[in-house]
Amino acid sequence: MNLPLWLIPALPLAGFLLNGSVALFSGWRRARKATAAWREAHPGDHGHDEHGDAGHGPGDHGHDDHGHHGPFLPYGERLFYGVVGVLSVGLAAVVALANAVPYALASTASEGGIGPVVQSVWKWMAAGHVSIDMAFRLDPLSAMMVSFVTFVGLLIHVFSVGYMQDEEGYGRYFAYLNLFMFAMLTLILADSLVVLFIGWEGVGLCSYLLIGYYYDKDFAHAAGKKAFVTNRIGDFGMVLGIFGILALFGTADFSFVDMAKAGAVNGTASITVYAVCLLLFLGAVGKSAQVPLYVWLPDAMAGPTPVSALIHAATMVTAGVYLVARCSAVFVLAPDALTLVAWVGAGTAVFAATIGLAQNDIKKVLAYSTVSQLGYMFLACGVGAFGVGMFHVFTHAFFKACLFLGSGSVIMAMHHEQDMRAMGGLGRKVPRTYLTMMVATVAIAGIPPLAGFFSKDQILGAAFAGGHLVLFAIGLLTAGMTAFYMFRLARMTFYGEFRGTPEAEKRVHESPATMTIPLIVLAAGSILVGFLGVPEALGGANRFVSFLAPSLATAHPHHLSHATEYVLMALSVGVAAAGILLAWRWYGQKGATPEVPSAAAQAFYEKTGALGRLVENKWYVDEGIEAAVLSPFRRIGTFLWRGFDSLVIDGIVNASAFLVELTGDLVRFFTTGNVRNYALSFTLGVLVLALYVFLR
Amino acid sequence: MLDSSTPIQWLGADILTTLVFLPSLGALLLLLLPNGAKNAIRAVALLASGATFALSVLVLQRFNPAIAGLEAFRPLLVDRPWIPRFGIRYLLGVDGLSLILVVLTTLLTLCVLVFSFGQTIPKLRGYVAAFLVLETGMIGSLVALDAVLFYVFWEVMLVPMYFIIGIWGGKRRIYATMKFVLFTLAGSLLMFVAILFASGVHAKATGILTFSLLEWIPAASSGAWSLTASEQALLFWAFALAFLVKVPLWPLHTWLPDAHVEAPTGGSIILAGVLLKLGTYGLLRFAIPLFPGAAARYTPLIAVLALIGVVYGAWVAAAQKDMKKLVAYSSVSHLALVVLGIFAGNVTAVSGAVMQMVGHGLTTGLLFLLVGVLYERRHTREMADYGGVASQVPVTTTLFVIAMLGSVGLPGLNGFVGEFLILAGVFKANVWWAAFAATGLILGAIYLLTLTQKVFWGPNRVEANLGLTDINGWELAGALPMIVLVVVLGVWPQPVLDLVRNSVETVVQIASVRMVP
Repeated sequence: MNLPLWLIPALPLAGFLLNGSVALFSGWRRARKATAAWREAHPGDHGHDEHGDAGHGPGDHGHDDHGHHGPFLPYGERLFYGVVGVLSVGLAAVVALANAVPYALASTASEGGIGPVVQSVWKWMAAGHVSIDMAFRLDPLSAMMVSFVTFVGLLIHVFSVGYMQDEEGYGRYFAYLNLFMFAMLTLILADSLVVLFIGWEGVGLCSYLLIGYYYDKDFAHAAGKKAFVTNRIGDFGMVLGIFGILALFGTADFSFVDMAKAGAVNGTASITVYAVCLLLFLGAVGKSAQVPLYVWLPDAMAGPTPVSALIHAATMVTAGVYLVARCSAVFVLAPDALTLVAWVGAGTAVFAATIGLAQNDIKKVLAYSTVSQLGYMFLACGVGAFGVGMFHVFTHAFFKACLFLGSGSVIMAMHHEQDMRAMGGLGRKVPRTYLTMMVATVAIAGIPPLAGFFSKDQILGAAFAGGHLVLFAIGLLTAGMTAFYMFRLARMTFYGEFRGTPEAEKRVHESPATMTIPLIVLAAGSILVGFLGVPEALGGANRFVSFLAPSLATAHPHHLSHATEYVLMALSVGVAAAGILLAWRWYGQKGATPEVPSAAAQAFYEKTGALGRLVENKWYVDEGIEAAVLSPFRRIGTFLWRGFDSLVIDGIVNASAFLVELTGDLVRFFTTGNVRNYALSFTLGVLVLALYVFLR
Repeated sequence: MLDSSTPIQWLGADILTTLVFLPSLGALLLLLLPNGAKNAIRAVALLASGATFALSVLVLQRFNPAIAGLEAFRPLLVDRPWIPRFGIRYLLGVDGLSLILVVLTTLLTLCVLVFSFGQTIPKLRGYVAAFLVLETGMIGSLVALDAVLFYVFWEVMLVPMYFIIGIWGGKRRIYATMKFVLFTLAGSLLMFVAILFASGVHAKATGILTFSLLEWIPAASSGAWSLTASEQALLFWAFALAFLVKVPLWPLHTWLPDAHVEAPTGGSIILAGVLLKLGTYGLLRFAIPLFPGAAARYTPLIAVLALIGVVYGAWVAAAQKDMKKLVAYSSVSHLALVVLGIFAGNVTAVSGAVMQMVGHGLTTGLLFLLVGVLYERRHTREMADYGGVASQVPVTTTLFVIAMLGSVGLPGLNGFVGEFLILAGVFKANVWWAAFAATGLILGAIYLLTLTQKVFWGPNRVEANLGLTDINGWELAGALPMIVLVVVLGVWPQPVLDLVRNSVETVVQIASVRMVP
């Protein structure tokens, strides 16, 4: 029964290798056939000849039609990919639970929890002052993470079996998804920041590959690159932060957390700790899409929808919150850094929510919503409520995965239409999708007693209790906006009249069971998981937060009276209800058209004038980055190459070469091959030498 | 002097001599073959480079990495008089540092020759012979412990490379060859003068006329070599310039992009994989241990040049339109980081630098190899002539993505280990250097992902690419060992780190003695 921890990431890795190699082989065979066919049709144009560049041929023919709407894979091959993909994650989930559940039981049974389980597998690298073991760690934080990640991951794999069945890249897709699970589980289970970094960059890689899954589409691979590069900006900070941790504690494995708790920082100035926290937080900002590095996440919606659910909502993007929570003992040593975390979180929450108000692409709404909710999590960490922040990570995973998978089901029902203006009235046509999505919508809006209420309310409570009234107000405002844009989404999608073409209306269909069952399970989760953390004011014991406590910094909790808590709860529910009502009124008008779904909303945006346009256009951030950063970057690069390399450096080289040539010409004047000339210069030389010797 | 009898004998010759000259023996054998005997040429190529590789692995197996200091050379040392009048000796020996690079050399040469069987190469006999002679030069440079012998092997490398670029190169090959030879020669002639001068000073100070590093290094670190500060500075720069041209460090790098672009694929692989590493090897073997005081004094200057190189190389790489030029500039950036690590002067950074020398040889070698696969089929290196070819060449794409990620420094692949250790060590030496150098992580991702994107992703824009065939068997056989090592050395780099630990510690220790005035 003692299943080692390394099995948990290793199982999906095995799935990746198996699916990856089979998919590669099958892809190679298909490509060979296609190329051979093309060559047969174009004899003599093989580009294999010795001379000439055959490449500047006919050029643009726009071969858009080949690719992922191509032939269905044979049933057996599809079955293989699906079984390997689902089974490897399923087994990982079993091993994870077999480890996490006994641990959780033992931990809750004993007072103050039990110590972490650390298993070292091999020495990864040791040189000089750096020594890193490939070691895994089971403690309350990783036990919680590994449980929900494997569980939600498994559901999303099952969902993908149905959702991706028409794809030619089915095998490649499952290989990437398994690789992602491997990386994410490594990230969670790692016992040192450097091993965590394997997972950290690994999930970034899978994100890159899966966003660019439709690699023949320009928007997809561009979005993938944007995600990777933006994350790398964060990783730049992360790497330096790791070095900082090494300098502070002499080790990067998580024993430094205990050292930090004991206050055993090598007698360094607090500015150093502050800098290290900021650097680590920069990594978190990149991975968890916070301002200013959030720009990649909305574009990441170019990937298949289950990917958005798994990677860009439930798991990977919460890694930044996990990192801050993991290093919370260090962060509390630098209170200013925590304040910054709180402000970045709150700022992101409200900023992303404003953009979410005016998006028409169903996935874009959810993407900005995710950015905004991640902001909430950082807000919680920033005010010292790390356990509550992780609680929101946990509940958010259920309702946001449900929302994304639901949107996937809607998009499939609509035959790849994502614009909500062309939807409407889908509730009757896709009842299971509709019901489950509505549950998740209510949950994210913060209506009791669904999951989102408990976690969000505690975040607001923690901000209020810590005396951060402005942060609290921002959080409250965001809660109202969240309720608004989510019910706007629900109203535009499921209610009213269908606004698309009649043909499109006829083709709308409910999704198969492989897709609806995960939706139902996640909806059930959205209702239930909140009860794990019922606060004391409502008669609970907040088990979730107290279970995590041993892994986190010992925050000094500010206690609120129960009466105050009731007022705060009423306030947040009230604001959410107001948001819902507004959305319902604005987007419920009859006679809405695809162009103008709501006259009232239109009027509002027009009235707000410039501000409305700003929001609709996402504050023109992408355009600003292009003008201020990317374009100068490219121009300077070209200048250095054409200007500096070719003109200055080679100029100097060529000038000296010219001098040499000149000298050569002068010398050639003497080396004519004429023996008498040689004799002359020889005699002259001897004379000069003799003169020099004698006259010296 | 050390005992010249060596424990391992092979066919009457000592194992290091065999290792050095076995490839040339193969080249001689090729002369007996007619030019058209393709299969016989292939057999000789395989046999010679394969046996050399096997022999280097045997040496690796026999080598005892536990011996510290210069004693590490002793078990396999070959020491015979060569030109006794001038105290020049035929002195060969390996330590962990040279050994790992020897194995890299023999492996890459084998891979390059196997790969070339899958490509259309005119005058195959000469091509193979040139690479085998080049291999002798490379191994010889790595195992020579006599400065003059080292210099001879160093120049020997130039000749076959001159022909490889000049005969099998692209359109501007003559220009590129001249630039390559002139840059390198300018540096190495300076070094030769320095070698003579150094031995003169040494003879005057100690009364022994020798070119042996095993005498020079102890003399240098004990101070018996009584060099004045300005003499040290001059000698250091004479050596360092020769090596920094080879690396190449900014602003001495402009020969490299041209040489890479015009060289045939095999030439580019060896150039990036081994020849550049001989520059950084030279710094570790000669410039720093012989003149530690000057090395310490000029460390800030070299570090600044290296930091400029990291960013400059990456930035210019991002502006390229030619695949090979892009990869060439990426080498400028990566090798600058290696130089920074070497001069950071602690065990972590120097270990990382050695790791990165190996890692860069594999990943960049692979990138050139895979670009060569595309070039063979389409005869163009312009990224604009590709786009979306992943559908046609899935295997090439997969290999390319792995190599690219190794080069980007993705943890779990080999590039990360080197980069991480270099940066960790540099951070310890100087936080700001590390912060500046770490921007290379971002820039590297930009240009390498752009390269991948422009060539492999997107819709298929050029019709001729629809007939593109995937990597063939020979080409794949050449690439596969490198790909495997990219992964293996990423998850299990410790054997290499253990192998080079004593060499690294020796260099660091010698350097550190003089760093503290």
